[in-house]
Amino acid sequence: MNLILVTFIILLAFTSYYFGRKKALVIQSSQRLTALPKFYGYYLAAWCAAPALIIFALWSVFEPSIVKTFILQDYTDQNLTKNELQLIYTKVKALAAGTYTGNITNFLDESANKYIQLKGIANSAKVAIILAILIFSLSFAYRSVQKNDRMREPVEIFLKWVLFVASLGAVLVTIGIVFSLLFEAIRFFQAVKIFDFIFGTHWYPAKTFVRDGQPDPELMKDAFGAVPLFAGTFFIAFIAMCVAIPIGLLSGIYLSEYAGRGVRKYAKPIIEILAGIPTVVYGFFAALTVGPFVKEIGNAMGLEVSAESALAAGAVMGVMIIPFISSLSDDVMTAVPQNLRDGSYAMGATKSETVKKVIFPAALPGIVGSILLAVSRAVGETMIVVMASGLAANLTMNPLESTSTITAQIVVILIGDQQFGDPKTQSAFALGISLFIVTLLLNVIALSVVKKYREKYE
Amino acid sequence: MSKIKAENVNVYYGSKQALFDVSIDIAEKEVTALIGPSGCGKSTFLRCLNRMNDVIEICRVEGSIKMDNLELNSRKLDVVRLRENVGMVFQKPNPFPKTIYENVAYGPTIHGIAQSKEEMDQIVETSLKKAALWNEVKDRLDEIGTGLSGGQQQRLCIARAISVSPEVILMDEPCSALDPIATAQIEELIDDLKKEVTIVIVTHSMSQAARVSQKTGFFHLGKLIEFGPTDKIFKNPDNQQTQDYITGRFG
Repeated sequence: MNLILVTFIILLAFTSYYFGRKKALVIQSSQRLTALPKFYGYYLAAWCAAPALIIFALWSVFEPSIVKTFILQDYTDQNLTKNELQLIYTKVKALAAGTYTGNITNFLDESANKYIQLKGIANSAKVAIILAILIFSLSFAYRSVQKNDRMREPVEIFLKWVLFVASLGAVLVTIGIVFSLLFEAIRFFQAVKIFDFIFGTHWYPAKTFVRDGQPDPELMKDAFGAVPLFAGTFFIAFIAMCVAIPIGLLSGIYLSEYAGRGVRKYAKPIIEILAGIPTVVYGFFAALTVGPFVKEIGNAMGLEVSAESALAAGAVMGVMIIPFISSLSDDVMTAVPQNLRDGSYAMGATKSETVKKVIFPAALPGIVGSILLAVSRAVGETMIVVMASGLAANLTMNPLESTSTITAQIVVILIGDQQFGDPKTQSAFALGISLFIVTLLLNVIALSVVKKYREKYE
Repeated sequence: MSKIKAENVNVYYGSKQALFDVSIDIAEKEVTALIGPSGCGKSTFLRCLNRMNDVIEICRVEGSIKMDNLELNSRKLDVVRLRENVGMVFQKPNPFPKTIYENVAYGPTIHGIAQSKEEMDQIVETSLKKAALWNEVKDRLDEIGTGLSGGQQQRLCIARAISVSPEVILMDEPCSALDPIATAQIEELIDDLKKEVTIVIVTHSMSQAARVSQKTGFFHLGKLIEFGPTDKIFKNPDNQQTQDYITGRFG
């Protein structure tokens, strides 16, 4: 029903576009148009679609809760809790849809009939109202087309609002996500002290699991120390950057300054393909190839190496990040004006001197920016760590041992069964918001570094 | 006395020929101006003199260019040494995004000219004084060179070029991005510099060529149409095309 209605509105909008344009051509024969004919079409189409679709959307949002209020009115005298009322409403809906399998009481049956009736009324009312709105707004718009009113401005204003609503939506979603993280994290911090979370050195949430009732507060104190996770996250990111920064920068320099046009044409897309490989593929590459390889080499040298080592995960993560750094730094170095290169060559500088003393410093803000973006990417990377570096949150600085990161622990916490009110589940939100803060800070620093140096150099 | 002697120079960009059999004698410690309409090859010729055409992949140079009997157009030539001897100033001021001091010290550093910090300070000061910039910047040598005005930037580039004491300085329309006052300062500077160095300047402004140069060469469509003393070229040229260009009938 809804689908038919929306399709109808959209088809009508298209029709009115063609109709409006045609009308404009008719008007043209007798008087001067106020805009190009297509604006007449846009005007009619916008007036046709926008009010009807807005009302349709509002109706769809509010209808269920209004119907629910009507149904649950019959139960107000029974002194039920909110959860019980919700359960009844779910039963009524299931009964109306014919998928209810429990005991049917008379009372439920009555409610279900009432539900079906209400839905029917609501549907007819919706169709009637929307048709009325369509007729009203189209006739209003048509009159204005007939009078040959100014068409360009209303269409431009309409477009401005469409764009505004789109960006408002994006902003609101972001704010919503941040707040949902924040509220759950606050609930977590009611159960676990924020001090214990930030400075505790033991991460072992499974310890707090109890079948019934509340877990022991003493246990809680020692189970949610996030230090091993922060340390692991930065440690693995550090290993990744040790791989990615040198290789990425050097290949960026090669591509922008040394490679001929032919090499560059093929090498650059190939390096960028690295960025397109799904991280899960890197993950099993790390777990099945690099991890055992590192272990064998370590064992051959007489070292104790875990099969899931921070080194393997970090190294593979570094490979994943190479294209970010190489491609971005290639771009910023290519963007250094040719006249600076000429100036340096004309002084008798060689290519490597020019790169080292002129191009690289001039491109430095962009390069620093790309590195910081790469770091925040490394900090947020999940799949490689989950697959290759294990899930035990060891507090270690030995790259040959297994360690875990914030993101990997969020995965561990949220897969499998969990209770929503449980501190163990809520700790995922606390981890999420700390990760969010870290990457946000990195991005802010990256942007301000870039801005500061840009002012200095231009 | 001849400093640079070019014979039958032909330059190609890919399959397109940009210079046709250019032969020219550039005298020592004089200013030689190259004039001509846009795209006539005068900048291309200038860039042959310090091998800047090497930077352009598709460019090919034929013929002989000798500086003090050293063949410049040879594979065996040490380009770094050549460019130490032949400095260049570009159309658009292009100081490096470094401090004023570092800009001037750039050449001496890469050629290992200064042995000590004091010697480097001395070179920087002398070069800036020769470029008539010292008084304006002596208190802010550690400021970024790109923060100077256009005319100051161009004089900084000249200071950078003379810091390695070259024998020849090439100037590729050095005043075309500057206002009249800055232009006058640069022209005065050129007049001073020619006591010590040979200068070849490409310019669009005929009055500038007349003011600063002793010899003038007129290029048209890749050919050197006429070359001779500036006075003669401007007052009594042999060639009709030169006459037309000088009097503003085309170009």
